[in-house]
Amino acid sequence: MDTMRERFASVVSRLLDEDPRLAVVLAEIGADGFRRAAGRHPDRVVNVGIREQLLVGVGGGLALTGMRPVLHTFASFLVERPFEQLKLDFGHQGTGGVLVSAGGSYDWPAGGFTHMAPGDVALLDTLDGWTVHVPGHPDEAETLLRHACAGGDGRGDDRVYVRLSAQTNARPLPVTGEGFLTVRRGGPGAPAVVAVGPLLGGVLDAVRGLDATVLYAATVRPFDAAALRAAVVGSGAPEVVLVEPYLAGTSTAAAAEALADVPHRILGLGTARAELRRYGTAAEHLAAHGLDPRSLRERITGFTAGAAV
Amino acid sequence: MSLMTGDEKHDAAATSTLDALWVLYDRVLRVSPDRPGDPGRDRFLLSKGHGPMAYYAVLAARGFFPAGWLPGFGSYDSPLGHHPDRTLVPGVEIGSGSLGHGLPLAVGTALGLRARGRSGPRVWVLVGDAELDEGSNHEAIDFAGAAGLDRLHVLVIDNSSASHPLPGGVASRFTAAGWSALTVDGRDHEALYAAYTSRHPGRPHAVVARVEPKHA
Repeated sequence: MDTMRERFASVVSRLLDEDPRLAVVLAEIGADGFRRAAGRHPDRVVNVGIREQLLVGVGGGLALTGMRPVLHTFASFLVERPFEQLKLDFGHQGTGGVLVSAGGSYDWPAGGFTHMAPGDVALLDTLDGWTVHVPGHPDEAETLLRHACAGGDGRGDDRVYVRLSAQTNARPLPVTGEGFLTVRRGGPGAPAVVAVGPLLGGVLDAVRGLDATVLYAATVRPFDAAALRAAVVGSGAPEVVLVEPYLAGTSTAAAAEALADVPHRILGLGTARAELRRYGTAAEHLAAHGLDPRSLRERITGFTAGAAV
Repeated sequence: MSLMTGDEKHDAAATSTLDALWVLYDRVLRVSPDRPGDPGRDRFLLSKGHGPMAYYAVLAARGFFPAGWLPGFGSYDSPLGHHPDRTLVPGVEIGSGSLGHGLPLAVGTALGLRARGRSGPRVWVLVGDAELDEGSNHEAIDFAGAAGLDRLHVLVIDNSSASHPLPGGVASRFTAAGWSALTVDGRDHEALYAAYTSRHPGRPHAVVARVEPKHA
């Protein structure tokens, strides 16, 4: 199976052949994957060099001419470093585009904190109108990338972030680019666990034998409030656990808003705010953040057992 | 311009651009208030969004919006803010104010026009000399020079406002990156016109318009 990044390069290379509106902007990282596409479409595959402010500014300028720009680099250099460019060169101009990141929060632990972006989704939450996809499998990545490149209703102001990861679930789910999927339905009053992207597999392992509803979010923004409400309908005091592969609590406010009219409890799990200052493997980082199946099970059961009676 | 009050802090910034803007809009740019969204139009991006009074005055004089809008400058119900917003003002290509955004956006605009097969439209972007402090400009200058984006033009209004001027002057920063560059008196309309229309095949073009120092 190819990786999500390899799928990104192959799928978007094909889309470049089909859609003359599409353009890819790179800042060295990922350029190899688009070398053949660049040969076919030299005006629509642009490598600006190691210049991430320009990466975003060029994307914004392309959008001003009616192109659909696709910008790619590591999440830390795509969202965190040129954040004000994202805010002004797309949102403030009233234009749209597609950001496709790699690396995420702990895809390259041996690379250390300089190449980790646990805060990317939380940062985008401060801006208006960004759809955020976090695929859990290369096939899902393909579906979501095609959806993102098509650009919603065609007005061109559709802003989409696709967070690719080296972590994947064993099998893809039939994601559509909108909303959550119900993967497992618990009994009345069961807690609802929202698993984001590549953490679904670990969450399903963690809740084995427990009475819990599991929702799968490969698209986290807009947050599917209706699906969450439906998952806890009939529960007097809903319990919600969010399991996200980036900063813990990123979606807590969205979940609280979805349940604003009922007393509820929320546990937001994700990566820790404090730097680990460790290298090693992704499995070691998952465990250190308490996101491996055993830790998740302990934290979920501890949370539900802790409800006031 | 005297109709617009409330941003006197930026009076110097506004008047520094007036002559250069007028010559550009009057004699060079192919833009029309009748077709502000014409895909074949030239693009003018005001990057230095500070002190946009001269810009608004020129746009009003060219008929993009009624001069009656000018006295509302900066008020809640006016589309004319102390920094322009493209979604509010006809003829304004970008919302600006935060320095260092226009030139990268102009590079993308030039690339986008090329990708759409439009070789006609020229892209102009106005920056201030102190705005060149922002590193994003240098990412854009070096890339545009290397890419040979000859539809791209930069108008630098140089009122010596940078605390730490570029060594060797503004024009040499551009020529070092492979641009064509000319420095002229920013109050001399004929000199401005000649610099604006100078040929620069295969290279982007910078016009440095020198005006009275801000801190004279």
